Amino acid sequence: MEKIERANQEAVRRMLAADPILVDVIPAAEAIPALRENMILHAGPPIEWDRMCGPMRGAIAGIAVFEGWASNLDEAEKMAASGELEFHPNHHFDAVGPMTGLTTIGQPVMVVENRAFGNHAYCTLNEGLGKVMRFGGNDAEVLTRLAWLRDVFGPAVGAALRDLGGIPLKSLVARGLTMGDEMHQRNVACSGLLLRELAPAMARNFNDGEALAETLAFIGGNDQFFLNIAMALGKAITDPVRGIEGSSVVTAMSRNGTDFGIRVSGTGDTWFTAPVEMPEGLYFPGFTEADANPDIGDSTIIETIGLGGFAMAAAPAVAGFIGAGAASEAANTTRAMGEITLSKNPEWTIPALEYAGVPTGIDIRRVLETGLAPAINTGIAHREPGIGQVGAGVVKAPMACFAQAVRGLAETLGVA
Amino acid sequence: MSDGIRDTLLGQPLKVINVGLEGFAQDLERQGVAVVRVDWQPPAGGDPTLADLLSKLGT
Amino acid sequence: MSTTILNEVRPGFYLDSVALMRLSREIAELPGVVEAALMMATPANKQIMADAGILVASGKAAEPGDLVLGICAESPGAASAARDRAVALLEAPRRRGESPGAAAWRPRTIRAAVGSAPESNLALISVPGDFAAAEARKALRLGLHVMIFSDNVAVADEVALKTEAREAGRLLMGPDCGTAIINGVPLAFANKVPRGNIGLIGASGTGLQEISCLIARGGGGISQAIGVGGRDLSEAVGGITTLMAIEALDADSETAHIVLVSKPPSAKVAARVMERIGASDKAFTVCFIGAEEFNLPENALLATTLKAAAENALDGTEIGAGFDASGGSLARREGRVVGLFAGGTLSAEAQVVFREAGELTASNAPIPGVASLDAANAGHAMIDLGADEYTRGRPHPMIDPSVRDTALDDALADGNVAVVLLDLVLGFGAHGDPAGHLARRLEGRLAAGPVIIASVTGTEDDPQRRARQIATLERVGVLVAPSNAQAAELALAVVG
Repeated sequence: MEKIERANQEAVRRMLAADPILVDVIPAAEAIPALRENMILHAGPPIEWDRMCGPMRGAIAGIAVFEGWASNLDEAEKMAASGELEFHPNHHFDAVGPMTGLTTIGQPVMVVENRAFGNHAYCTLNEGLGKVMRFGGNDAEVLTRLAWLRDVFGPAVGAALRDLGGIPLKSLVARGLTMGDEMHQRNVACSGLLLRELAPAMARNFNDGEALAETLAFIGGNDQFFLNIAMALGKAITDPVRGIEGSSVVTAMSRNGTDFGIRVSGTGDTWFTAPVEMPEGLYFPGFTEADANPDIGDSTIIETIGLGGFAMAAAPAVAGFIGAGAASEAANTTRAMGEITLSKNPEWTIPALEYAGVPTGIDIRRVLETGLAPAINTGIAHREPGIGQVGAGVVKAPMACFAQAVRGLAETLGVA
Repeated sequence: MSDGIRDTLLGQPLKVINVGLEGFAQDLERQGVAVVRVDWQPPAGGDPTLADLLSKLGT
Repeated sequence: MSTTILNEVRPGFYLDSVALMRLSREIAELPGVVEAALMMATPANKQIMADAGILVASGKAAEPGDLVLGICAESPGAASAARDRAVALLEAPRRRGESPGAAAWRPRTIRAAVGSAPESNLALISVPGDFAAAEARKALRLGLHVMIFSDNVAVADEVALKTEAREAGRLLMGPDCGTAIINGVPLAFANKVPRGNIGLIGASGTGLQEISCLIARGGGGISQAIGVGGRDLSEAVGGITTLMAIEALDADSETAHIVLVSKPPSAKVAARVMERIGASDKAFTVCFIGAEEFNLPENALLATTLKAAAENALDGTEIGAGFDASGGSLARREGRVVGLFAGGTLSAEAQVVFREAGELTASNAPIPGVASLDAANAGHAMIDLGADEYTRGRPHPMIDPSVRDTALDDALADGNVAVVLLDLVLGFGAHGDPAGHLARRLEGRLAAGPVIIASVTGTEDDPQRRARQIATLERVGVLVAPSNAQAAELALAVVG
């Protein structure tokens, strides 16, 4: 349909024209003025307490204690159950968060500015691996770390970023793609490149060598540090694409551990949701499918911009680990995703595919036509809160979301 | 009109895209004819109202 | 016997029709299974399954894009065992194709296929009829010429597609186009014939096959054989593809003579086609099977049989010159001729031969002047076993000769039948050894019973090898004529 084709051209143009810069780390209260006490932003589409999964509830209890709204976890849970805590999707407030993805007034958030359109996107700092809040961890260790991030680490990174005038992210991601990253399950190259940029600036701001070492080691020791930045840059790229009348391009994909939701440019802020699916992959020693939590997190914003599972051909290491099989199968996934997208990003290219650009601009019509659902490279959390990641694999976006979205878009266009 | 057919089909190397019966693709391969197989599925998971909607929205 | 019936539905699950037939047969042969079928859930197929007593509520509710498994078995155990086996067979090839990490990447869309092979110029479409028009439209818009093998495409879609194809300067062969030969390449059900300067345009698949093979036998060759689809010359479609094909072959330097084969079109469409033929400098042969008379322009000659059409295109060369169609020393017999045909146009040609001889004949697909077949019929019968009523839910006899077996058995056992007339169609797409199958059925039965006369449509370069097929038939006592027309003539001579 002519109207849709033109709208989609504009949508893709905006995606490719984005210029995301990592500019600062500031308190969430400053970044998101609407945030207040007892208000919690979470990953995924809207959801109420009674439908939340274990890790989400664990994280909520923990953050309520961290913020001082409850004096212990039990009290926090009672507050949550009785409606004294307010829950909203990160996406409604220009934010994204990995796994449980909780964002609250007291936490530091990274700021990515899309200089091409002037919009901003926010994401909390990556806590590291193992027992952390994003997997539902909420004990003293977790809260202590959050406090350190708020009081020491966050401000240090923020100061360094301001001194640098921000770090351009598009070219950094482009380099990471040539180094085996796909920015969802594998961020080690980008995390390293980021550290190279930040380290001298941070060093200038620290008098205490030990404190500096601790800060640098926190980034250096976390292969997935860049994940949260990749997510914020994804949000920064897709937000200007929202609300183009008639466009069938996906602007968000997200999960809350219970529901998978997508948003489409031409249908504005409507969420099209369906039950999340179980990832298929490999488990760390000692864990099996029986331990797995259903799919969760805002990190699917990364696939929405053509990275992650869509760029799997750039990351053969991930293909093997997540059980997709041979490296050549990773290439097939990227090719398959090429069938459901409208364009290829000329600035993010994959050497192994003859420098083809990553498949960009998911078209809900093509998803439904081909039966190929977006392929997502995801970490798998333990279903019990606080234990952490137990594996990694590939999960598909539910086809039902796209069927609903096509019906929804057709309705806005008066097509029956 | 006939120019189109002559310039693009008759007397040009035949390169086929096969959508459907596998046997046809095999026969072409046997004769050394270039053929690409489409791994075809009914659109919209076989739902006819959705498929109809899709064809109106175009792709 | 109390039976168990169960259905299993797989939404949006596609397997090609040939694969489905094979699976159906395998499941039906499992222990304790009374009847079984796997079909795409179109209304027509669901009716077939209901009639066969294997459709229950879940199957009834299935949509045309769904696959339905229907099983009727002697016991619940046998039914579920058969169901499990079917599911296992369905899943096995499925897993290979479904995961994005399959061994070799196969595009899911024509769009992606063209992207990976930009010089592609022809889409060959054989998906279920409900979906064929949409795929053809996509192919046309990507700049491809299209051959639609699928049938059961709505006439409104055919008209819209052909109109669009004409605008775009692209050839749309079909729907229901079973045969084409483009640049010497046989497509779908077609034969390997030498290149030459005779161009064919046909609304009939087996018509194209027989004419192209006879031309080859007569020492000639085919420049192009363009299938236009069974309905192209209808009033509604108006001959769009036929006219484009004439235009293309008229301008083709490799083509000196053009043959048009079809059943007789309506007067209005015929007039338009004749006008276009008259505007050409080239010589035409027009073979409207069953037409008795026709007004043709000066550069066209009417051929009433496929054989005559081939001979005319070859400038008068006689096909099967040495063959004595009068029967020579053959003993005459009392009784009727029963023709059992896989090729519809071959059945029509036999009817033409019998009608011209004034013989009372009936058929399930009668040409003008021949009666419709009914139970009371006592005269000769020409049966088109490839017609819709015989192929609902069953493979076409060209693919599976066993479809003809029951009718053959009946004819052999019928004391009133003096001659059984058969066609064997070779070529790509056809069964690998139709003569072998027939020979096994006929082994030892020809000493007593009717005379069996057959023709073999094919060439030496076909996968089945024509000479070998003929030898196999002659070994068991079948009389093989050089053409279908001559086989019909010989049959006539035996009972005459």
